[in-house]
Amino acid sequence: MVQSLGYLKELPSQTAGPYVHIGCTPNFSGIEGVYDTDLGSGPLYNDKTKGERITVRGHVFDGAQTPLKDALIEIWQADADGFYNSPSETRGTADPNFFGWARCPGDMATGEFVFETIKPGRVPFNDGRLMAPHITFWIVARGINIGLQTRMYFGDEEEANAQDPVLARIEHKVRVPTLIAEREGDTYTFNIRLQGADETVFFDI
Amino acid sequence: MKNTPPETGGFFARDRAMHPPAYTPWYKTTVLRSPQRALISLDGTKSEVTGPVFGHNMLGELDNDLILNYAKPGEMPIGQRIIVHGRVVDERGKGVSGALVEFWQANAGGRYRHKKETYLAPLDPNFGGFGRTIADDDGYYWFKTIKPGPYPWPNGVNDWRPAHIHFSVFGHGFAQRLITQMYFEGDPLIWICPIVKTIPDEEAIKRLIAPLDMAATVPHDMRAYKFDIVLRGRRSTFFENRKEGN
Repeated sequence: MVQSLGYLKELPSQTAGPYVHIGCTPNFSGIEGVYDTDLGSGPLYNDKTKGERITVRGHVFDGAQTPLKDALIEIWQADADGFYNSPSETRGTADPNFFGWARCPGDMATGEFVFETIKPGRVPFNDGRLMAPHITFWIVARGINIGLQTRMYFGDEEEANAQDPVLARIEHKVRVPTLIAEREGDTYTFNIRLQGADETVFFDI
Repeated sequence: MKNTPPETGGFFARDRAMHPPAYTPWYKTTVLRSPQRALISLDGTKSEVTGPVFGHNMLGELDNDLILNYAKPGEMPIGQRIIVHGRVVDERGKGVSGALVEFWQANAGGRYRHKKETYLAPLDPNFGGFGRTIADDDGYYWFKTIKPGPYPWPNGVNDWRPAHIHFSVFGHGFAQRLITQMYFEGDPLIWICPIVKTIPDEEAIKRLIAPLDMAATVPHDMRAYKFDIVLRGRRSTFFENRKEGN
């Protein structure tokens, strides 16, 4: 025998279920008066936030091309200069007027999610190369046993996307466009497809 | 907050053989909601090792008291009064200070306060069924609630969920983000539940079952259940192949 490493094991994940809104966005689900506001609701910026205002919208589709109407989507992103508002950010100080995190349930009738945010700056990969601007997505819902992690990149950042070390790791290049949101005006549309021929790339991060 | 420097290392790889796989057809909704392609592996970058920090100023005073946070003045919900408490730690056993823990559940009869819920058991006019708290410097958290009841759900012809409380937890990095469910010691429904059985490892299932904790029980008031929440561990910075500050 040898010594025990003594590590604990992470708790196993379970589905968020169909009523995730009760706990995470009660006001959205019609239970008002308990929380002032739902955490992560509303625009990610205020009047003082630096950066270009954008809208990110989309749907999460299942394997029958039907939008999920009970998904909860969270995003996490850097500020306009590429700094995260987190104690683990060691390179500099993030914009104090940018929290960087938000959550949005899909609309109960259409399934659409919408984030009013800013376009993030570039953040270095672990070897120092710059990654292309991106927003980290986390998706949970009934029927999803463990939260799905993906990234949204920007369709008008072709040059940066071409150099991105994470996108470069995707062997099947035909799958890269599933992570790239097309721009129209100030709006980027990012549809997430859980299953099928044009399935979104999901990461084990 | 403790006066220790923030940690910046990446997280231990997730043991995906311990977690439920995406495709578990006995839990029917997973059939069309499970990716078929392999996940792309990515050692944590700044985008994953960082995460939001939630402050106490974002929470209300009764947010961790489900017995009172929805009740009319002078009234209380019906059901077994319980305290749920424990620590949020990582795989190294280190307390996750400041972790945001959110929870939601059905009432004592198994009924959720949600417009899409149609179970015939009645709503409790004094029970909302959700709360949240922020773990202290050692990762300790607690809340008061009513023990939820089991409820039937449209999966198999006669499937019933065991009594459970949903948990959503934020650690220090977005890669630690976890949603799971807590079950109660001794519930025979646990071992026949299709959602519980999405977890392939019986030992892992046991880690979601909270034991009755008589030591924390308040005599003539509330029983207690202890539920420790383990998030992913974190590598020390000296394993990183980059210099500080790049």
